[in-house]
Amino acid sequence: MDPTAKYISQKISRTRWRPVPAGLLQQPEVFAAGSWDNESNRVSIWSLGDNDSDTDGEFDEEPRLLCDSEHDGDVMDLQALSLAHVWERAHRYSCDNAPCTAVVCRSPELVSVGEDGRVILYKADQTEVVRVIENADSSTIHAVTFLRTTEVLTVNSIGQLKMWDFRQQSDSPAQILSLTGDRVPLHCVDKHPNQQHIVATGGQDGMLCIWDVRQGNTPFSLIEAHSAEMWEVHFHPSNPNHLFTCSEDGSLLHWETTSGSDMSTLLQRGWNSRVVSHSGVPLAGEDDSVVSSWLAGDSSKNRLEATHMLPSQTLSVNSLDVLEQCLVCGTDGEAVYVHRQLPV
Amino acid sequence: MEEVDVEPSTTVTVDLYSLSCKHLGFEWGPGDLLVYETNYKLQGPRSASSPSVHVVRRDEDICSPILRKLFNESHLIFVGLQKIKEDVPSKNKKSQFVSISKNYRSVIRACMEELQQNAVSTQEGSLASQYGDQVSILLAIELIWNLCEVLFIDAAPAGSLLLHLLDWVRLHKSDVDTRAREVLQSDSPAQHQSYWDVVISLVLQGRTDEARQVLSKQASLRAESSSVFKRMDVLLQNMPIFNPAGTQTLTEFDVKWRHWHEECDRCLQDNTFASNRHLETICKILVGDEDTLLEQRELLSTWYHFLVTRLLFTHPTIKPPDLHYYAQSSMNMFLGPRASPEPLDIILLSAFEFDLHQVIKDCSIALNNWWFVAHLTDLLDHCKLLQSHNLHFGSNLREFLVLEYASGLFTHHSLWQLAVDYFDHCPEFGRVYLELQIERVPLDTERKAIKVLRICEDRQMSEQVRSICKIMAKRALRNNRLGSALSWSIRAKDAAFATLISERFLQDYSNKGFFTDLDLLDNLGPAMLLSDRLTFLGKYREFHRLYGEKRFSEAARLLLSLMTAKIAPRSLWMTLLTDALPLLEQKEVIFSVDQTYELMSCLEELNLGTKDSNQTDQDEDIESTKTELLRLALARNLAMAIVKEGTIET
Repeated sequence: MDPTAKYISQKISRTRWRPVPAGLLQQPEVFAAGSWDNESNRVSIWSLGDNDSDTDGEFDEEPRLLCDSEHDGDVMDLQALSLAHVWERAHRYSCDNAPCTAVVCRSPELVSVGEDGRVILYKADQTEVVRVIENADSSTIHAVTFLRTTEVLTVNSIGQLKMWDFRQQSDSPAQILSLTGDRVPLHCVDKHPNQQHIVATGGQDGMLCIWDVRQGNTPFSLIEAHSAEMWEVHFHPSNPNHLFTCSEDGSLLHWETTSGSDMSTLLQRGWNSRVVSHSGVPLAGEDDSVVSSWLAGDSSKNRLEATHMLPSQTLSVNSLDVLEQCLVCGTDGEAVYVHRQLPV
Repeated sequence: MEEVDVEPSTTVTVDLYSLSCKHLGFEWGPGDLLVYETNYKLQGPRSASSPSVHVVRRDEDICSPILRKLFNESHLIFVGLQKIKEDVPSKNKKSQFVSISKNYRSVIRACMEELQQNAVSTQEGSLASQYGDQVSILLAIELIWNLCEVLFIDAAPAGSLLLHLLDWVRLHKSDVDTRAREVLQSDSPAQHQSYWDVVISLVLQGRTDEARQVLSKQASLRAESSSVFKRMDVLLQNMPIFNPAGTQTLTEFDVKWRHWHEECDRCLQDNTFASNRHLETICKILVGDEDTLLEQRELLSTWYHFLVTRLLFTHPTIKPPDLHYYAQSSMNMFLGPRASPEPLDIILLSAFEFDLHQVIKDCSIALNNWWFVAHLTDLLDHCKLLQSHNLHFGSNLREFLVLEYASGLFTHHSLWQLAVDYFDHCPEFGRVYLELQIERVPLDTERKAIKVLRICEDRQMSEQVRSICKIMAKRALRNNRLGSALSWSIRAKDAAFATLISERFLQDYSNKGFFTDLDLLDNLGPAMLLSDRLTFLGKYREFHRLYGEKRFSEAARLLLSLMTAKIAPRSLWMTLLTDALPLLEQKEVIFSVDQTYELMSCLEELNLGTKDSNQTDQDEDIESTKTELLRLALARNLAMAIVKEGTIET
């Protein structure tokens, strides 16, 4: 089924679903979209309307605008919170404001990172920032994600992953991981929903890397995913065998690890996924005996298959979010695509 | 296209009076005009206020949020059109082109509907009138596009041509349907005041079946005149309509049509419909009587409707080349001797005359932005309908228009990304235009810079890549973000800038005594090789690290190689030698005899160099003290090394 497109007259930098309460088996219906590169940027909330009125299962409701508000500067990141607050000048250079590049929240704590190389911790109900790690990085930090409640992982533009522990007093990272070889800037990072040591990153050259942060300095697998910068990578929150990536080259790929050899391939357009993986020896003393299929290196048993989700080559896909069976993504062609029946 | 054949209209942009009678200067920009007050005053005393600068934008459509959807969706269609392969047989291509044309038109219609909705729902009067204007312009555009599709892209032959023209007219005169529905849904349709208008309108559009349906309401009422109505019903039913997919040839259809026409004429001569003047009018219309048609001026409302109706009832097998004669005469007849044709009428007339260039030229003059002409010309060019009409600047018409359109897009703060694709598909000048424009995109955030860089890198515009990276690196340097600056220079492979950054690092080191940004220096990797100074920096840092880890012999070797391999700049040799001091002073002998000799020669080489005449006495003292210390340490080390190497282990 093709996703529905809606043109919203502004280039979209971020889209996020409003989180659905975990107990109900509902599909998400409301998403937020932030714009960029406009003279006045807006954050807008869209609703998809009823999806149980059609008997033939056709969801062709276009998103409807619920409300929007102005935003100074480009919208770089969105997260859902229950309180609202503004922290002025949190990211700055000595004489100017610096762009904040990413925000992640795990209520009630928020962490933001920016082009000034700072990592800042906030609490949602406090006006003062809780902690600032100055000079966390000499280059721009592009993305951040929570590993554990007190640990965050950041990626920067010289190709390093840095782990920060807020329980420690010192301002230096607990661990630094990077690729040997060319230091390619990394743009996005996401953690496996169930296993906190597995992390996926995407970088300027479109390579998707899967890392095990406990182990060593090199990634577990390197996959040539896209031909241009990868902007966002997401594990599916409830079914982590699925991964989604979107990129500057206008494609949105859906990755699926399959175990077992009778699964038919879903490859389209002659696209080949090249999986280069290191030897995947399970760590001694593993608690659970099931090794995640992302780390098992034997490529004859576990294959990685990719599907293009968008109907045709568009301008850059800047952002995507996936929840339950719904996917929303925004492009530089000023269109929002919503897919309501993901095969997950 | 050199002479101006239409007087340019004056547009009031800036209120001159408010500028306190100053001379104005102006300068053309890519899409707008900069107007500024100068110091020369026309009259009156000099005012103390500061001069103001105005930016006058020519094209306001580009800012409308609804029209932005038009630009974006048509961009997608444009890119898809360019990708159609050349080797597909021409019949399939024609259907593809027609469907692309229909896509464009549906996008225009969607925009129009949204604008219409907004015009109705908005509260502000000025905004409503603005929307209304845009709706009427889009209506005109769609009308012209549809006609061009029928005449040029679809290029229907005689027979189908009229059918297509009928469709065209029906599409653009939709109020007939609403009125018909109104009449049919009323309690007594036959008594409705618009009843006969509806019937006649349907007949004028050639919709005989629907006309019969409406007529039947009348017939059921009056029993005595039912025979007359039955006669009319039969006439309408028998009207032949050409079926292009059928087996009937055009000549057969023509013969049949003439028979039917003669029969209508006979009915008229026999005064069959004399009892009912409306039916008589209808019969006259069926015969194609021009005066009667002209009487229906209100129902027809436009001369092209008149033209199509006239052709339907006098000449349904019209061939495309004959069209223009009828078009010209229809327009003259309909508009009358005194009325002057509007620009839209002239454009449509040119289309009927199959004069494509005139159509494009007139549309360019009439509309305020290049969207329509650029896309239409591009589509027509793909259909190979435009002769290669070389303009003076060397590019052809299509390229010229697309370039103009894309340049206009580039001035928009957000739509510039669409323009890139348009430039890509202009083979002669597109690249040059893109190179000039892409450097002028303002770069506020790194993400935008990355996108612009990707555009340049994909097209191998190395100069632009270098210049953009330099801008970003310089900005990072000014904000003291050395790591960012370095990553930008690495991307541009800019050795000179990398050297600059390394100098900065070294300067910081000599000022502060320690290295900042260790995470960067420790992890330079192969990027170190970009510039000599950077290599030195990386290795120097490594030396410090080795020293910190107490791997003294490796550190010593590294230090020496830095000097002997001439990687280290002269100015820093003193610093390096001073760094060697603690190694020399160790209890254990670290430097071997050969290494010590090399160090000594380095020291002497340094001293042989011309003394800096600006040095103060104090500096000279410090320098000489350092040299003394070094000489002493080297001598001691040499002694110990000779002894150590000379000792035979027993």
